[in-house]
Amino acid sequence: MELDNPVGNSENFEPAVNSSSVRSAMSIQSRGSSRNSTREVNFGPPAADSEALSTSQKEISDGDARLVHINDPVKTNERVRLSGNSIRTAKYSIITFLPKNLFEQFHRVAYIYFLIIAILNQLPQIAVFGIGVSFLPLTFVLVVSAVKDAYEDWRRHQSDKIENNRLASVMVDSRFQKKKYKDIRVGEIVKIHANETIPCDMVLLSTSDPTGVAFVQTTNLDGESNLKTRYAKSETLSLFPEKESINGFIKCEKPNRNIYGFQGSMEIDGKRSSLGPSNIVLRGCEIKNTNWAIGVAVYCGQETKAMLNSSGAPSKRSRLETRMNKEIILISCFLVTLCTVISVCTAIWLKRYKDDLNLLPYYRKLDVSSGKAKSYKYSGWGLEILIAFLMSVIVFQVMIPISLYISMELVRIGQAYFMTRDTKLYDEASNSRFQCKSLNINEDLGQIKYIFSDKTGTLTENKMEFQCASIWGVDYGSQNADLGNEPVSVDGNILRPKVKVKVDPELLQLTRGGLKNKEGKHVCEFFLVLAACNTIVPLLVDTSDPEVKLIDYQGESPDERALAYGAAAYGFTLLERTSGYIVIDIQGERQKFKVLGLHEFDSDRKRMSVILEFPDNSVKVFVKGADTSMFSVIDKSLSMDIIRATETHLHNYSSLGLRTLVIGVRELNPLEFEQWHFAFEEASNALIGRAALLRKVSSSVENNLCILGASAIEDKLQQGVPESIESLRTAGIKVWVLTGDKQETAISIAYSSKLLTGDMAQIVINSNNRESCRGHLHDALVKSDKLMAMPGGANNIGGSTEPVATQIALIIDGTSLVYILESENSELEEQFFQLACKCSVVLCCRVAPLQKAGIVSLVKKRTSDMTLAIGDGANDVSMIQMADVGVGISGQEGRQAVMASDYAMGQFRFIVPLLLVHGHWNYQRLGYMVLYNLYRNAIIVLVLFWYDLFTAFTLTTAITEWSSLLYSVVYTAFPTIIVGILDKDLSKRTLLKHPQLYGAGQRNEAYNEHLFWFTMADTLWQSIVVFFVPLFAYWGSTIDISSIGDLWTLSVVILVNLHLAMDVIRWAWVTHAAIWGSVIATFISVMIIDAIPTFPGYWAIFHVAGTRVFWLCLLGSIVGALLPRFVIKFVHQYYCPNDIQISREVEKKSVNTTRVVGGGQLEMLPIR
Amino acid sequence: MPPETSTSSAGGKEGSSGPSSKKNSKKPKYSKFSQQELPAWKPILTPGWVISIFAFTGIIFIPIGLASLYASEKVVELPFQYDQKCIPSEYSNNAEAYIKSTTTNKTCTATFKVEKTMKSPIYVYYQLTNYFQNHRRYVKSKSEDQLRQKSAEEDTDDCKPEARTPDGQPIVPCGLIAWSLFNDTYKIKVKGKHLKISKKNIAWQSDQTKKFGSDVYPKNFQAGGLIGGAKLNESIPLSGQEDLIVWMRTAALSTFRKLYGKIETDLEANEELSLVIENNYNTYSFGGKKTLVLSTATWIGGKNDFLGLAYIFIGGLSLFFAVCFLLMYLFKPRPLGDPSYLSWNRNPGMIK
Repeated sequence: MELDNPVGNSENFEPAVNSSSVRSAMSIQSRGSSRNSTREVNFGPPAADSEALSTSQKEISDGDARLVHINDPVKTNERVRLSGNSIRTAKYSIITFLPKNLFEQFHRVAYIYFLIIAILNQLPQIAVFGIGVSFLPLTFVLVVSAVKDAYEDWRRHQSDKIENNRLASVMVDSRFQKKKYKDIRVGEIVKIHANETIPCDMVLLSTSDPTGVAFVQTTNLDGESNLKTRYAKSETLSLFPEKESINGFIKCEKPNRNIYGFQGSMEIDGKRSSLGPSNIVLRGCEIKNTNWAIGVAVYCGQETKAMLNSSGAPSKRSRLETRMNKEIILISCFLVTLCTVISVCTAIWLKRYKDDLNLLPYYRKLDVSSGKAKSYKYSGWGLEILIAFLMSVIVFQVMIPISLYISMELVRIGQAYFMTRDTKLYDEASNSRFQCKSLNINEDLGQIKYIFSDKTGTLTENKMEFQCASIWGVDYGSQNADLGNEPVSVDGNILRPKVKVKVDPELLQLTRGGLKNKEGKHVCEFFLVLAACNTIVPLLVDTSDPEVKLIDYQGESPDERALAYGAAAYGFTLLERTSGYIVIDIQGERQKFKVLGLHEFDSDRKRMSVILEFPDNSVKVFVKGADTSMFSVIDKSLSMDIIRATETHLHNYSSLGLRTLVIGVRELNPLEFEQWHFAFEEASNALIGRAALLRKVSSSVENNLCILGASAIEDKLQQGVPESIESLRTAGIKVWVLTGDKQETAISIAYSSKLLTGDMAQIVINSNNRESCRGHLHDALVKSDKLMAMPGGANNIGGSTEPVATQIALIIDGTSLVYILESENSELEEQFFQLACKCSVVLCCRVAPLQKAGIVSLVKKRTSDMTLAIGDGANDVSMIQMADVGVGISGQEGRQAVMASDYAMGQFRFIVPLLLVHGHWNYQRLGYMVLYNLYRNAIIVLVLFWYDLFTAFTLTTAITEWSSLLYSVVYTAFPTIIVGILDKDLSKRTLLKHPQLYGAGQRNEAYNEHLFWFTMADTLWQSIVVFFVPLFAYWGSTIDISSIGDLWTLSVVILVNLHLAMDVIRWAWVTHAAIWGSVIATFISVMIIDAIPTFPGYWAIFHVAGTRVFWLCLLGSIVGALLPRFVIKFVHQYYCPNDIQISREVEKKSVNTTRVVGGGQLEMLPIR
Repeated sequence: MPPETSTSSAGGKEGSSGPSSKKNSKKPKYSKFSQQELPAWKPILTPGWVISIFAFTGIIFIPIGLASLYASEKVVELPFQYDQKCIPSEYSNNAEAYIKSTTTNKTCTATFKVEKTMKSPIYVYYQLTNYFQNHRRYVKSKSEDQLRQKSAEEDTDDCKPEARTPDGQPIVPCGLIAWSLFNDTYKIKVKGKHLKISKKNIAWQSDQTKKFGSDVYPKNFQAGGLIGGAKLNESIPLSGQEDLIVWMRTAALSTFRKLYGKIETDLEANEELSLVIENNYNTYSFGGKKTLVLSTATWIGGKNDFLGLAYIFIGGLSLFFAVCFLLMYLFKPRPLGDPSYLSWNRNPGMIK
């Protein structure tokens, strides 16, 4: 069974340059605002946020309001020119490209550093390099980025053009005429037909539906593919703008990016009515299931909510990069030290030769060329020191690795490419690839210590299936069930529910029996509630057979869909829904029910109700809701035994991991109905506090209910979840499950996903107030200490049979968490954290979205370990944004989580290859790359520095200026990028087989202070050898600057490349090409530079390469430089091997012995 | 965001918003490259490899080192430091005054003995110390264009303070390097006969043909108030001024030799050489030493034991490590790829 989406693949939504009407990265409202605000969230009761959205209209003060005159764009735009409807996602125009792009690029500090250096170099006093040369590296980087940006922007221009020139029907001179999108103005009336895209944000006036309902699909906006209902106000329904002029205006808030909120009021012919989020349709959405809709444009173009939301991806910075930035500061200090040494030495030298400077042949301060004696290029002792300092900064500039930033970006792009292209991360069911939305934190994936996971839709499929029901105290389980989907024939067409549901034959028999007996009556009523009490919209979908149509239930809640399909399977097929009535096919008989009122679900009441008028004019209120909320409104005096039986069944269901809902019904007598109806009408039209009023009204009917029974919906575990959790746990990652579900459900899912096992001790904390919470925590801590001390069952992890301490699982509910997370009470937080650290599993039930974020931030605050949050629904957004790494599952619950996430994928089990394989590789690669790049730049700087000590500290460079600047861009850049992208320490198979190998990242093994200092010490040694061997070999000889400079250039480049080659683990042909190619390219470059007669080093390389000493120096210095590293590397690998090293040997051995061809094909996880 | 650009094309056509076809699978295409399964050579450092590498290095390096030492040993070098010896005793405390004075006699004679037989060609060098030919001010103080082309005569911007004469005429060759041209001269007599010191082909051929113009003649050179060194014959083009060309290949280090000339005849052992030195060049102001060096050459160039010693040292070290590792391998081997060494398989107490 597959819920197929007929109206457009939700995957169409890609936050990249495609030409959908709302192209660029659309984020949900909360991204922009809550990214900052979640940091200081107040973890109040869960209702707080839903309240904010539904709170009805406050009066908007005139200053904050936008006045829109209906069908009068001229008047609307009279006072202030409001934005037109043309959109611009392109960042640049031809004129602004250069300044704007440069401005953006120079946001990077590193670029500014290099710019300052290049500018400094232009001062004649300090000029070290030629003008062209000094700008070379910076220009190179800027040009590469600019070309990339220009190309992307050109594509945006193209799609903007297409978008702006699309046509819409707009009212002009009392007629609807086609008009280009870009010409639509605020205040104009726009007509949209079915399946058309909405060109701007508009308030609905009327629709083809007599009650003013329009269905919209918001795939382009928030990615959710189900239909949402929007209403035109009853005041405007009867207006026909073609015939009569509409006289009125809309007052609404100024444009903002909240796509779930809108407030305003409309005054037509003096009559005022309020407008809310349900009265507005937004640009980019599509009208579905509605023939036409007419609305007034209120926000256009850049001011539409869709465009306001098109902000770029949030930027996180990876742990490794943060650490690297620290080392870069260290390196900067080192750079300053080098420069200080040079300037101090200069000072001493100048002081010592003070009297001789005038005539010193190599200084000649005295300038007599103009006839009288004066100083040439000498600005006094103090200034000379400063100049020396600045010059040395210029000469040693590559110490700060500008190329590292670009290389890292390129490597991450490469890694992202591999992650998206990995066939193992492709989900066939949703046809979705892995998505990298954030390119900055790839390596963080290799260091995760905590995973916070949502349950529904993340561990489970969130494909709800109606499983069984308890009706009137009888449990109808579907043990021996068949797949049924009752076809219904309407007007010669056969309609068939799209999803097949298992049906219980006994129950089916009862429903077929109809109202003959009492039992049957309850059963029928039960299914009627399931079919009617929801907000599902049935959609008819054509199939290949023209006779047969599929009924596709569209609705926001997957539970409701499951119930509606369930009801259909038992012969209660919802066929049509308008705001006024619903049509249900009951056992082949079409019946029409008038919908008198609907109280929508809210998280306070945790129930919804619908008031129906039956064909026989009786009025009934149908209620369904969560058990806790329902039992409080059920009339306990009626049928106590049934309530008890239902409760028992509910308990059974939830311990099976099923999701339950309780169904109740009540018949309203005319008096009650009148009272309710009056109150309902009043509340619906209220301008202020409508939601609260409606809630109050609902309580007048949602009481004294007669219990009908309970439904149970199964939410299947996703494929591979238990294995994945096992792997993650073996990898030393702590998995915390944070769910909004009931404790019983959560625990049973935890068991089936192997999160909880039989030999674990469980600590459960459910508290109702702070004091008891404190007490519980304290007890739990004591208990856990005891348990830890006591040896428990054998620990099977890694095949070890050592007895280890009992594993503890902590189960805590949302109410207790409220007290723990209260901000002023950090003591409880601390206790909770200590407790949680001791537990191998933490299960938080009934938690609100903000609490999820609160828990994540609690852990983040208290440890330096990396956290990852994974979830699929809107309720996980705050958690995903809070964690170091956020992963979104593109599942059934819409795509808000995906949009807020850094990485998105189709299935939970992909997290295992993502972390253990890609994360591991990314981390190892980048860690090595950073170290290598720091080394690579430091060594050339040191070689330059050593030489300066022999030139009277005057910063002459033996290495030609071109070579010293090409060094980091051309001579040595490619191999490190290629190795950073391609090298891998272990095969996919080994990494999956031994999840423990993931620990290398958690322990910062690839990049830490230790390694940094070791690398720097090695750099120092290597630079000394590579510099001093030629120096002594040529001491007192006829060697000239250029020749020895060429020798140094070549030996450093070869050394640096060999150093890399020594650490490369896998030699693919690309690696060979990059490394040896770089060496050859350097030789060629040096030869080219030396073949230019105007350069001082003309022909030097050809002269010096003809001598044997040159080659001896080259060979000797490289071997000598690499010797210690090689020795240490080998001794370390041989005598204190780390896990990765041993696994590599195992891999090598197994390949040698068994010659498994195409290794890496084997997977430990079942892959379809 | 490159990863997305490829996928976006799949869902791009928004205008025809019909149900997108199900066959439009986004499944990434399998390729060895995209799945990171390119065939690769995966060497690991086995003791065998490492011991062989070290042994091999040792075996290669030690002979090279010995050969270099031998070659260096074969070089016969006759250095004669004359900067102090050529100062008359009355000036010994004021060498600068002596060398600056235009009236003093700068000729200086000395004799010394050839210790070993020297085969031709014998190179005659002058060696200066503490002379920073690599000083930034100095290195830059020349005009490449002016040296190459007659037309660029006026191009003297980099040459200050030796760019122009006080009346504005360009100096050719301009700049400090040319200005400070070494001007000591040597004559060597054997048994009373002048030994010919050939000054031909002492400069790089490439410099003579490409860097120093054959139509550029010295002009206004050493004509100003400050004389820095040698004067040039204005009738010889720069490409023929080999002393200048040699001098202008600035030395890399502050102790350096420059080729003065070559002696094409052999010198027998115990022959007495008498030198006649014109001691003109002022290195006294900065304490630079001047040495005349006669030297033969082998394949390693001049006399230098460093390379040979370094090679022997590196080779010896390599051999030492080879032996060490061999012993370690024999007495305390670790089986490669033994899973029992994995941290989670070892005793839990041993885990760091």
